[in-house]
Amino acid sequence: MQSVFFGGGTPSLMAPQTVGGILEAIAKGWRVAPDAEVTLEANPTSVEAGRFRGYRDAGVNRVSLGVQAMNDVDLRALGRLHTAAEAMAAVEIAAKTFSRFSFDLIYARPGQTPLRWKEELEAALAHAGGHMSLYQLTIEPETMFERLHKAGKLHPPEPETARALWDVTQATMERAGMPAYEVSNHARPGEESRHNLVYWRYGEYVGVGPGAHGRVIAASGRRAQATERNPEAWLKAVEGEGHGLTVDEGLSTEEQADEFLLMGLRLAEGIEPARFEQLARRPLDRGRVAMLIEEGLVDLTDAGRLRVTPEGFPVLDAVVADLAA
Amino acid sequence: MTSRPFDAIRNFSIVAHIDHGKSTLADRLIQRTGGLAEREMVEQVLDSMEIERERGITIKAQTVRLDYTARDGKTYILNLMDTPGHVDFAYEVSRSLAACEGSLLVVDASQGVEAQTLANVYQALDAGHEIVPVLNKIDLPAAEPDRIKQQIEDVIGLDASDAVPISAKTGLGIDEVLEAIVTRLPPPKGDREAPLKALLVDSWYDAYLGVVVLVRVIDGVLKRHSKIRMMGTDAKYEVEKIGVFRPKMQDVEELGPGEVGFITAQIKQVADTRVGDTITDEKKPTAAALPGFKPAQPVVFCGLFPVDAADFEDLRAAIGKLRLNDASFSFEMETSAALGFGFRCGFLGLLHLEIIQERLAREFDLDLIATAPSVVYQIELNDGETLELHNPADMPEVMKIKEIREPWIRATILTPDDYLGSILKLCQDRRGVQIDLTYVGNRAMVKYDLPLNEVVFDFYDRLKSVSKGYASFDYQLTDYRAGDLVKMSILVNAEPVDALSMLVHADRAETRGRAMVEKLRELIPQHMFQIPIQAALGGKIIARETIRALRKDVTAKCYGGDATRKRKLLEKQKAGKKRMRQFGKVDIPQEAFIAALKMDS
Repeated sequence: MQSVFFGGGTPSLMAPQTVGGILEAIAKGWRVAPDAEVTLEANPTSVEAGRFRGYRDAGVNRVSLGVQAMNDVDLRALGRLHTAAEAMAAVEIAAKTFSRFSFDLIYARPGQTPLRWKEELEAALAHAGGHMSLYQLTIEPETMFERLHKAGKLHPPEPETARALWDVTQATMERAGMPAYEVSNHARPGEESRHNLVYWRYGEYVGVGPGAHGRVIAASGRRAQATERNPEAWLKAVEGEGHGLTVDEGLSTEEQADEFLLMGLRLAEGIEPARFEQLARRPLDRGRVAMLIEEGLVDLTDAGRLRVTPEGFPVLDAVVADLAA
Repeated sequence: MTSRPFDAIRNFSIVAHIDHGKSTLADRLIQRTGGLAEREMVEQVLDSMEIERERGITIKAQTVRLDYTARDGKTYILNLMDTPGHVDFAYEVSRSLAACEGSLLVVDASQGVEAQTLANVYQALDAGHEIVPVLNKIDLPAAEPDRIKQQIEDVIGLDASDAVPISAKTGLGIDEVLEAIVTRLPPPKGDREAPLKALLVDSWYDAYLGVVVLVRVIDGVLKRHSKIRMMGTDAKYEVEKIGVFRPKMQDVEELGPGEVGFITAQIKQVADTRVGDTITDEKKPTAAALPGFKPAQPVVFCGLFPVDAADFEDLRAAIGKLRLNDASFSFEMETSAALGFGFRCGFLGLLHLEIIQERLAREFDLDLIATAPSVVYQIELNDGETLELHNPADMPEVMKIKEIREPWIRATILTPDDYLGSILKLCQDRRGVQIDLTYVGNRAMVKYDLPLNEVVFDFYDRLKSVSKGYASFDYQLTDYRAGDLVKMSILVNAEPVDALSMLVHADRAETRGRAMVEKLRELIPQHMFQIPIQAALGGKIIARETIRALRKDVTAKCYGGDATRKRKLLEKQKAGKKRMRQFGKVDIPQEAFIAALKMDS
């Protein structure tokens, strides 16, 4: 067991004792690595920041704070309960309490220009530790943003503006010594989220608690697992049947290959084509790879890894769809 | 041996515009004479194909024999011949009409005479028919029987004073129609003692019986085990089964002069029978075949390709099966650089093309790409040779060509006055030559000569849209005329897409080229690189558009809990890509091939 991540919803509403109890339970079932990374997602409010010491004492060694914006107007528009000042105060407490911390921001918000975003990002960098997550607001299928967009309540920027915002983000973060190691995640070298790397490197992870997803390798091969989303129903299932799993199914070679590609190509380090071939039982389409190389969207390293280039990342979904086809 | 009337028989067809109630009237006549029990009545009994019912059109000729005891106390045999009602099937219509002595002309009492009514009624008059006008939908508040009667007299020149007012929907006036058939239409004439002479009206493939042939006996008698010969194809058969439709099949001993029925005779495929052929006795043939026999002549061609190249064999099998039942479309294998293996198919017209395409998709579950419809061009080379060009891709080198000729049609359009201006403009834009313009009340009737080439591209859609659906249109092929025609190529990302190339008139090339590249720009999705789309005449670019490269397309958040959802989205994307064809580096959706040709000028 290399890492634990308390995330989704608001785990920082948990009492530190509960966190400690869960970690103890994990230690009973798995051999925990001495340097295991234990991250907890938290809202940057004063109430939650007040529990940081307790979490640290329970075994948490990294927090990830949902700051989201550096001004109060936008925070209210995003439906957040904290103010910018409160968030920065929570960041200060996190920096003093934990050896590692991260916080996130959302950009391409309505009316945000590349210049204003750059200023905001630079202001945030003054408070940053070794890691930041910067999410561009995009309209993705089957999400709340898509519903808001369809209802005419959310207007994402035009593609050119979206691209300019992306570009200014990359340039600013590189200058600050925190290049993107994943599409939206930036870190100083060595400060990457080890836990999240497991997802993107298509490793094994177990999902615990309501609505959690897992990928585990059983004798029969890799399986996709998910648990009951409704907390009460989940609790009832766990107490009654000993687990809350609602999905536990084998993944076909094609499904594994698709997941491997769409997760792995998000990383700056790229993928090993040999591993794709192993999962898909077929090589990547050479013609498509050659075409993408020619367009400067991917490259092959001397070690033979296939990586998306800085030109390719802003259109990654199209690159993945092309390679997967 | 002399020809005499068979007084107890009446053979008639119904002439009507789509939606004016032909099928409903036929249903009522069958019901009234007891052809089918109430519970067996399906709406539009005679249109048995799903597509026929949906579109309200008749593709195959069908017949039903009705027994009717008239007010004079005598019992009559009435043979209703349901004819195809579309210009694409004009030849089939003419043969069905040749099997009858009279027609009911059904006109909607509020809408009046339409272009299609005209074309069909003239055909019936050409066939020497006695015509009984019938005014349908008389029960509707908008019905104006007196105005429509006047219109029938003015436009067609028929005396409509005795027109029968009916409502096929409610059954009003059906008895009067039956009486009019008996009293006003003439009986057939023939000679029972003469050598067999029968008209092959139509034929179709039945899964149980093989090919069923619809016949009308002129002279002589057709019996079971008769040894017969088709005079056009010189094929010989022995009659196996002989019968009539009531509308269900019923065996009979024989069919004599004036009678209509069916035969089966171990005929393998519909293509072995020719509509309009004369059937005679093998040993004792009639002296002269019936006039008017013509082999089926495809008028419009297009390529049909499977979206998934792996489905080619399925497409071959499906086309083969359809051809079993429809000898009027032709096909041969075609290879396209862009689309791979497929078939070049010939059709009687655009409706026929649509029907075949739809049947392939629906009955055989095939995803197809149809290329630009093309007419048949005559190309005269400098060395004196003349070629028929079915496919723009086969066009010879320009230097070798002396002259290109294209088919022209004579179109008849009837429209409310309000839309006349837009319609004249449409016809002018399509290189039309106005032949005639007359008025019937507030409706204008225009005749135009138009190149068929200009009509196969969405002319009908445009006509409907500029006239809000009120104009009606019909046409007939007239002749071939020399034209200044050039081959226009479409290049996507600098590569020519052969399936999109077409012959166009030089004066129209730029307009059409521009419309085409604009349309393609909308239809081809953005790629990761920019894509130039060009229209070219030889090496000269006449229109150009650019699809800009994707600038931003990346999912911001994707963690362990998102893998399943993102994978499912990716699967959808992959399925979408499968429905596209790759040309060089560019994926073109199949809809692009069809939609690119529908131009809103």
